[in-house]
Amino acid sequence: MSIWRPDPTFYPSPRMATKAPPETLAYVVRLNPNGNGQADAMCVVDVDPQSSTYSKVVGVTEMPYTGGELHHFGWNACSSMLCPNAPHPHVERRYLVVPDIRSSHITILDIKSDPTKPAVVKVIEPDELFERTGYARPHTVHCGPDGIYISALGNPDGEGPGGIFILDHDTFEVLGRWEIDRGDQYLHYDFWWHLGYDTLITSEWGTPRMVEHGVLGEELLAGKYGHRIHLWDLHRRRHVQTLDLGAEHQMALELRPAHDPTKAYGFLNSVVSLKDLSASIWLWYRQNGSWKLQKVIEIPAEPASEDQLPDILKPFKAVPPLVTDINLTVDDRFLYVSCWGTGELRQYDVTDPFNPRLTGTLQIGGIVRRAGHPAASGPLNGGPQMVEVSRDGRRIYFTNSLYLPWDAQFYPDGIRSWMVKVDADPQGGMRFDPNFFVDFGDQRAHQIRLQGGDASSDSYCFP
Amino acid sequence: MDPIGGWLWLSLFGLGLFHGLNPAMGWLFAVGLGLQEGRAGAVVSAMWPITIGHAAAIAVAAFVTILLGYILPTDMLLALTGIALLLFSGWRWLSRFRHPRTRFRASPWELAWWSFLMATAHGAGMMVTPLLTVMAPAAHAMHGDHHHHAPALTDSMLEATLAVVVHTAGMLAAMAGIALVVYWLVGLEILRQAWINTDLIWVAVLAMTGAIALGLGVWNMVSGSLI
Repeated sequence: MSIWRPDPTFYPSPRMATKAPPETLAYVVRLNPNGNGQADAMCVVDVDPQSSTYSKVVGVTEMPYTGGELHHFGWNACSSMLCPNAPHPHVERRYLVVPDIRSSHITILDIKSDPTKPAVVKVIEPDELFERTGYARPHTVHCGPDGIYISALGNPDGEGPGGIFILDHDTFEVLGRWEIDRGDQYLHYDFWWHLGYDTLITSEWGTPRMVEHGVLGEELLAGKYGHRIHLWDLHRRRHVQTLDLGAEHQMALELRPAHDPTKAYGFLNSVVSLKDLSASIWLWYRQNGSWKLQKVIEIPAEPASEDQLPDILKPFKAVPPLVTDINLTVDDRFLYVSCWGTGELRQYDVTDPFNPRLTGTLQIGGIVRRAGHPAASGPLNGGPQMVEVSRDGRRIYFTNSLYLPWDAQFYPDGIRSWMVKVDADPQGGMRFDPNFFVDFGDQRAHQIRLQGGDASSDSYCFP
Repeated sequence: MDPIGGWLWLSLFGLGLFHGLNPAMGWLFAVGLGLQEGRAGAVVSAMWPITIGHAAAIAVAAFVTILLGYILPTDMLLALTGIALLLFSGWRWLSRFRHPRTRFRASPWELAWWSFLMATAHGAGMMVTPLLTVMAPAAHAMHGDHHHHAPALTDSMLEATLAVVVHTAGMLAAMAGIALVVYWLVGLEILRQAWINTDLIWVAVLAMTGAIALGLGVWNMVSGSLI
């Protein structure tokens, strides 16, 4: 019957979590783009600067099936276990829950006995997921106070609606759909919550049909991709409010609510504007009992000549920033923004969330720029994409691939995949760690999770 | 008051303290709500519904015990509560257990209902039943009545009510003390070290209480039949 004291990686508040010891291992999914029957894998990267294998892959666990595409993943348990309304503090953070966005498998990896050798302990077959939930293409994983929440892009036929389903904390059984009343929500992508306000937020990308064969130009120009976010009553599982960015702002993706449960605001990225190919960051916030939304950052496209651009961008003569991922530090002070198109990582001071201040920019890769790295002079391709921040906010890690069918459209010569690390100044500013460059070769690295938790893995009930 | 009666009331109060110390019984919830709103007043106002919910859970156990006391001889009832406690702790030990949950910003009603469910599901009421079972006869022993005649129903109900009040007073004292100390002085860092697995302790206490109740009940029945 579980352990005697709370898992030491659980912190009651984000303030305490920022004092957590630095991580020594990172888990990174690696996918095989070659269609040659080799399985995707979970890689373990040594991120301890004192170690002789620093910046090297020290463990690889292949998935027990092929033909899928690993993407995002998460932990079975995290700091939300300490929430007083549903306390389960005596479980362990020891399993990685790894959904497959293409094949709809969900693999459970145990990292307890040897953290560098994740062991496959369970695979949830796609049919079980389809039958129990009606959903397919599982995406984001969050450890909730009462179960493991996973979002899904759509149904097994490739259409909508997408939604959320729940896995049992202990047995990893698929319990069923989360929503009781979904209101006008149809598209799905990411989700997270404000535990202090019993509110869940979901965002919109597209149905599996709209994303699995690359971005569909016609539907994009018609504004058919997601441009809204939805607010839900987390406890009653009902839709309460829709906020619209406007159809010109296509693809409303990553949701980064403030970690402090007393703060009712968060950040969202929209990938591309149909008006001028710019990307934008939006702030949602609560005022007088209802939720509001406003644009707080706009990043313009950069002019480029046609011959530098892939077919999909040639008519526009510009390279869009394509903000595909963002991450908020645990102290809610800095927001990191990945511009996958232009090859930039931006750091904003968001102490005043309504008025972000740009405090740092690093360039690497990019459709046109192809910028190098202190440890790999380049040219490098792909661009800053999945970004993860350590709990103390001092180290930022990111990889450069997005999603196979979309990689092929924006980087048609194929992406050579890497993972890099950035050291951040607590007062703002950042620089590449010249000793950290992981070359994944022709395999593609995607989401990163840090051992013990990171800025997008844990949620808290106490300020 | 005779020594046995006094000891029983003290035990009831002590069990109340024991329940109040458990973070899962409500003090942590009160602290959480206080921190969310940034005022100690919210800690205090959350404690009342939690206390009422806990009292209700104990009251259910108390009144069921009193009513059963009218049907069954005391010793048999004691043995039965022992068996019930052992079965309950066995179930808690072996089965997967899920805590009741509610919204974080719970209304007073939701808080009270949550507290009632938490106390019931953890066996707070059951833990008290052996004490309540022996209480009625102990009170009668004071009047030199050794034949364990059932007392008047109103007396029993009054006594059960008093028992609930005494227990709940202990629970509230512990909850209020620890919630305010954590809110004002200690901070929640203490949770990371001090939140030991109270579920394990509770199951052990329940099993131990059950074993003693069963043993005493059976012993009394056997020795009584010998005389």
